[in-house]
Amino acid sequence: MRIHFKTSYNDDIRLFEDRFTALKYAALLAFAIALPFLLGDFYLGEATNVLIWAIAGLGLMLLTGQTGQVSLGHAAFLALGAYSNLILLDKGVPFIISFPLAGIITGVVGTIIAIPALRLHGIYLAIATMTISILADDIIVLTEPWTGGVVGMFPPTIDIFGFEIERWSQPDRFYYLVLITTVICTLFYRNLLRAPLGRAFAAVRDSEVSAAAMGVHISRTKMTAFGISCAITGLAGALMGYFSGMVNNETFTVVISIQLLMMIVIGGLGTIHGAFFGAFVVAFLPQGLSIAKDWFGSSSVAIPGLETGVFGMILILFILFEPGGIYGRWVKTRIWLELFPFARKDMFKRQKSYLKTERLR
Amino acid sequence: MSLLEIKNATLKFGGVTAVDNLSFSVEEGEVYAIVGPNGAGKSTVFNLISRFYDPFAGSIHFDGHDLLKSPPERVADFGIARTFQNIELFDNASVLQNLLVGRHRHRQTNMLQEMLFTPKARREEIAHREAVEEVIDFLDLQPYRNKLIAGLPYGVRKVVELARALASGPKMLLLDEPASGLSVEETQDLRWWIDDIRKQMGITVLMVEHDMGLVSGVCDRVLALADGAKLAEGTPAEVQSNPAVIEAYLGVGAA
Repeated sequence: MRIHFKTSYNDDIRLFEDRFTALKYAALLAFAIALPFLLGDFYLGEATNVLIWAIAGLGLMLLTGQTGQVSLGHAAFLALGAYSNLILLDKGVPFIISFPLAGIITGVVGTIIAIPALRLHGIYLAIATMTISILADDIIVLTEPWTGGVVGMFPPTIDIFGFEIERWSQPDRFYYLVLITTVICTLFYRNLLRAPLGRAFAAVRDSEVSAAAMGVHISRTKMTAFGISCAITGLAGALMGYFSGMVNNETFTVVISIQLLMMIVIGGLGTIHGAFFGAFVVAFLPQGLSIAKDWFGSSSVAIPGLETGVFGMILILFILFEPGGIYGRWVKTRIWLELFPFARKDMFKRQKSYLKTERLR
Repeated sequence: MSLLEIKNATLKFGGVTAVDNLSFSVEEGEVYAIVGPNGAGKSTVFNLISRFYDPFAGSIHFDGHDLLKSPPERVADFGIARTFQNIELFDNASVLQNLLVGRHRHRQTNMLQEMLFTPKARREEIAHREAVEEVIDFLDLQPYRNKLIAGLPYGVRKVVELARALASGPKMLLLDEPASGLSVEETQDLRWWIDDIRKQMGITVLMVEHDMGLVSGVCDRVLALADGAKLAEGTPAEVQSNPAVIEAYLGVGAA
């Protein structure tokens, strides 16, 4: 076990706890950069998929894990990001502007949608946001002149100052674009966590009454959380549009919303790592299942609902046995290894909390 | 002018009059206690000051500001910090993070600066940390700095909540039953702390408390409430010997 001897307040503010941790993440980044040279096109595509899901997961994690606001509407924001990017490109805006602008547009719309949703909590908020996902389908069909309706839109080749990125013929370039976006989003997220706004998010999640008493503007903070969350999700949506090669009204259904929410629960709520771990599960589950089916020799038979079923089962198992998600399990395993052989059985047991009385809502 | 001035405040929940035409004022630099039997409306008075409830009638002024014109989150900006009767800490955060939330009203950076973590954000962060460390030193919370609230014993949580309120650098501190659930030693510590908060930091304290030992030990003036209305006001000794107060607590003929 490493002991940190802290000598300045900066030690607690730094991005990485110590040099060892920084090296670990540098190695991870180097590995991510080297990936196109290590993997074939198919698996590089899968890796890209994982990263795109991770960005979307980061978006929802900020809202649900950090601020405690459940949203089942994020598929609609993915769609909004994808469509605003494509429509802007259609109007002749270069990608270098349309891509960030897609994020900003989604963020602004998310903030506006948050205003009526602010008064709702828990399950009511989930249902209210779910309607956005369901409505999105119809809105895309109704606004056919811009969105192409059921026929859909086909993302053109990305052009950044003459540097072309074609998703199919140049998967490595597309992968780097996604990787850069991922790194930037993660960095922003991490920075927020160590700043007043991130703490305000956590304060709103844990106790709105005392957050308000400490001068945290509850509704403004929630709106900000919605805004940032939707902006990140919008970026992921734009990338998802490129990845799937075609978007129409059925690309981003409410099922995607639910999958996204399950993903962050399985990964570990309230942690950056959780978004990535969850993305691995979501992105690799279909492939893993088809590989498993090959193994059992029933490759030709399609089993409807198998994927959803397995996914649901994984979720139930996690909620029952490891509410902290994959990241929670990983932390426990790591500490167990660090303390070996001195780890005790009930180290992570928490005492039940006292009564929460007289809530003001 | 008094620091806090409540005039003719009335609050009703349905048919129940929780606060009944109540007027009192707290002077700068004093320790003022509100006592009374359960359900007398003590915590409701606090929630009125915190602006969680809107009074039906009356006015509340603090330091020249009309509190009734401001939303709850502005109250902290005026320099009022509070604790809660049933501890309202941020359970899934460390003690340090909880105290740093107390600094929220001093936030100088905007969202963008924080996202990019500019040098200004870092400077601010260190300034907040320094302010918080002073409070940690004052309340001897060093051993718990990085512990999660969810794993802390009750007595420590009480102190952390007091620390969070102090970290905001208030002019006035509202303590809702600070000694409830504390041991004799912890209550004794609390007594010295309240004394120091007043004398060293110059913070006015308004508290709701049942422990009359603590009240008579630290308070300058006491207000006794029953059924939302004022029974008596004066020094602790005066209030304790007031026949109306004895009647409210013990019933007629008990004295």
